[in-house]
Amino acid sequence: MALLEHTPRGLYCAAGDFYIDPWRPVERAVITHAHADHARPGHTHYLAAAEGGSVLRTRLGLNASMETLRYGEVRELNGVKLSLHPAGHVLGSAQVRIEHHGEVWVVSGDYKLDFDPTCAPFEPVKCHTFVSESTFGLPIYRWRPHEELFGDVNAWWRSNAEAGRASVVFAYAFGKAQRILMGVDADIGPIVVHGAVEALNRGYRASGVALPETRTVSDLDAKADYGRALVVAPPSAQGTPWLKRFGDYSDAFASGWMAIRGAKKQRNVDQGFVISDHADWSSLHQAIDASGASRVLVTHGQVPVMVRYLRERGFDADALETEFEGEGGSDGDAAISLPDGSRA
Amino acid sequence: MKQFAALFSALDSSTRTNDKIAALVDYFRAAESEDAAWAVWFLTGNRPRQAVPAKKLHQWAADAANMPLWLFEESYDAVGDLAETIALILPPPEAENNLPLHQWISERLLPLRTLEEAEQREVLMGYWRELDRGERFVFNKLITGGFRVGVSALLVQRALSQVSGIDAKMIAHRMTGDWSPTVENYAVLLSPETGAFDVSKPYPFFLAHPIAGEPDSLGPVGDWQAEWKWDGIRGQLIKREGQIFLWSRGEELISEQFPEIIAAAAPLPDCVLDGEVLPAKDGKVLSFNALQKRLGRKNPGKKVLSDTPAIFVAYDLLEVAGEDWRARPLYQRREKLHELLYSIPHRDHADVVLQLSDIVRAPSWATLALARAQSRERGTEGLMLKRRDSAYGVGRAAGKSGGDWWKWKIDPYTLDCVLMYAQRGHGKRASLYTDYTFGVWNREPYGENAEDSSTGAASEAKMGQEPRQLVTFAKAYSGLSDEEIAEVDAFIRKNTLEKFGPVRTVKPEMVFELAFEGIQRSNRHKSGVAVRFPRMARIRRDKKIEEADSLTTVLRMLDNGAT
Repeated sequence: MALLEHTPRGLYCAAGDFYIDPWRPVERAVITHAHADHARPGHTHYLAAAEGGSVLRTRLGLNASMETLRYGEVRELNGVKLSLHPAGHVLGSAQVRIEHHGEVWVVSGDYKLDFDPTCAPFEPVKCHTFVSESTFGLPIYRWRPHEELFGDVNAWWRSNAEAGRASVVFAYAFGKAQRILMGVDADIGPIVVHGAVEALNRGYRASGVALPETRTVSDLDAKADYGRALVVAPPSAQGTPWLKRFGDYSDAFASGWMAIRGAKKQRNVDQGFVISDHADWSSLHQAIDASGASRVLVTHGQVPVMVRYLRERGFDADALETEFEGEGGSDGDAAISLPDGSRA
Repeated sequence: MKQFAALFSALDSSTRTNDKIAALVDYFRAAESEDAAWAVWFLTGNRPRQAVPAKKLHQWAADAANMPLWLFEESYDAVGDLAETIALILPPPEAENNLPLHQWISERLLPLRTLEEAEQREVLMGYWRELDRGERFVFNKLITGGFRVGVSALLVQRALSQVSGIDAKMIAHRMTGDWSPTVENYAVLLSPETGAFDVSKPYPFFLAHPIAGEPDSLGPVGDWQAEWKWDGIRGQLIKREGQIFLWSRGEELISEQFPEIIAAAAPLPDCVLDGEVLPAKDGKVLSFNALQKRLGRKNPGKKVLSDTPAIFVAYDLLEVAGEDWRARPLYQRREKLHELLYSIPHRDHADVVLQLSDIVRAPSWATLALARAQSRERGTEGLMLKRRDSAYGVGRAAGKSGGDWWKWKIDPYTLDCVLMYAQRGHGKRASLYTDYTFGVWNREPYGENAEDSSTGAASEAKMGQEPRQLVTFAKAYSGLSDEEIAEVDAFIRKNTLEKFGPVRTVKPEMVFELAFEGIQRSNRHKSGVAVRFPRMARIRRDKKIEEADSLTTVLRMLDNGAT
């Protein structure tokens, strides 16, 4: 029996009468994480992981009716056992495990297996049916280890600092920005962040993530010298007058899409750092294998490719339609079409 | 290979000229001559011939990555670049290889072509295992013959000049022609000696900028020499020490393709001429197509020579009796050119092979504009304007010397066409649909209200007529701004009727104004015509597809001398 079904309002669990990351207003919404396409305003009751509560509140407003669960804590809703488990995507991101009459489904939300000091690591959860994202579901996407990635970022920042020019990194304000702040060597120079990033930083600090010291331009003198600074700004800041204060800066874009040379050129930045909050090709398959599921439902991203490949590998795989983005554009390759840049 | 791949990556990632030059200088300072010679060769636009057919590379890469071919194809579709797709999907290298670039080329890449297929597959997979991602990308580009890098020959020359202290123009001159990547040639490139050089060497061509706006701003018309701008092959005809060479602007030696021009140059004294190779018969210039046939054929037979004879229209003189004349003013060079050509006997024959470019004389810019208006009837593209006291420069240099030669072309032909198919671009535009195929109607609509778009296919069908159809007409991929490309890309994704491979059939809805330089009959095209230099002039948001042009209009253009 299908524990979840696609409805016009979202993924619905009829037995438990709740929705997971619904896209139209509902009575009870279980939220996997606080990115805008998963956590939408307007629901009556929210249920989310405790670790992400603070960030979710900054996004939904303080008055939202919200209940939180510790990772692993079990809650019964109309006889359906529900628990949340770390997804490793961003702070407070969760996989949703639901169990009814012995049947277990896990909805991954967005996830990654790579090391990330800003959130709890992905935890494999055994299930019969695994609902997986597929943002980077092509074998061209293979992430490098954390040390190598940040070795590159630090080397770039250091050489700019030595040349006396600011280093501007464009990164999605929630998740990616904080991961970069935690990954860089803060001894190289001062770190300046855009106001949109700082708003999220407060939530991270409140949740106990030890981010390095950051300043916003309003903290600084109008004539401040940014020559050694690392500037972290959301992608929407690219090309705006806000950047003029940094003079002859070098810029970079941090995203999984940067794996492709064409996407990088299109971004028109000096550097593309391939840093993603999503699972790469091998991680997707590793996570699917680790779930022990025989049935896999694929959501947002490279759906037909993943479904076909999983079937060839012997899984009972199908597409599950959602309105999640996790990409930008119908093919998952138009990295520039989201107004705030892709959060990949 | 490691250093060259690192250089490629540095050149590829920076958009700043100074960063690029610095990367080149660092590379040439550290590189051994054997490697530097190859690097110069590649960076100045030379490519080895394709070593392995692309189709085999797809299969072998899929095998090496242990994935089904369809998954490789999906990956390729997302990346848009074969060399890059392979570099991305292969498993990490198993070994490191420090073989220098020249050995990679001479001992591995070049012999690859000569191997049997099975052996080719085996050695290639072995090479892949020894290269990291960046090296694989560059190596694959070399195998596929698709190596391109974002530097101009000018930048390479400037970097070599910084490394050696030799004037960049001298290096440019030494690089022209049939420059092969040997240690000796590299040494000559940077040699402080300025002595004798290869007798066949052409000078770098001086290129004109298109003029923006009206030419009045250039000053008195009397300071300028106007000539017809021909649509042929720019060529340099060299006679030194009794030997004759013909070079194309692509710096290819084309002597063997045009024996009649070589023969005609025999009576000349030693000199170097700049001019245009044109197909012409009975005093009439033929279409560019005819010339292309000639270009592909060395040592043409009698029939070809009599069907499409070629002439050389000389317009400048660069060297006389071993003396470089390029710094002298144009009027002096022209006077001497005139003297040289008219010293040859039988000058007044209609089909004489060596001709002097006509000067179009006019007392005012306005009169000159009238002359320009006849360009199409004469089979020319417009006028060339050259300052009478100008020297012969190098390349398409900006600034003062760039302001000495202008092309004043006539306005292009335009047609309104319908977007029918789209394909992803390459390189920078690999993730966007940027390559389009356009169509026009196969006929004009019937009926009195032909111009009224509301009487479309439906009413024609009612009248018992076969509804008219769109036929593919031309491909174009340039002319749009980044914003327009994004708009069209979004439209294509939303209006795809069908996908086959990388191509999408698009719902016929968007009308574009296409500009092009000429039309010719062609059996190879569905529409029966081929156009030259098609590009998108603008998106006609104001037009419905019923208002797009038809083949009838196209054929009318043919009759009006659009060649």
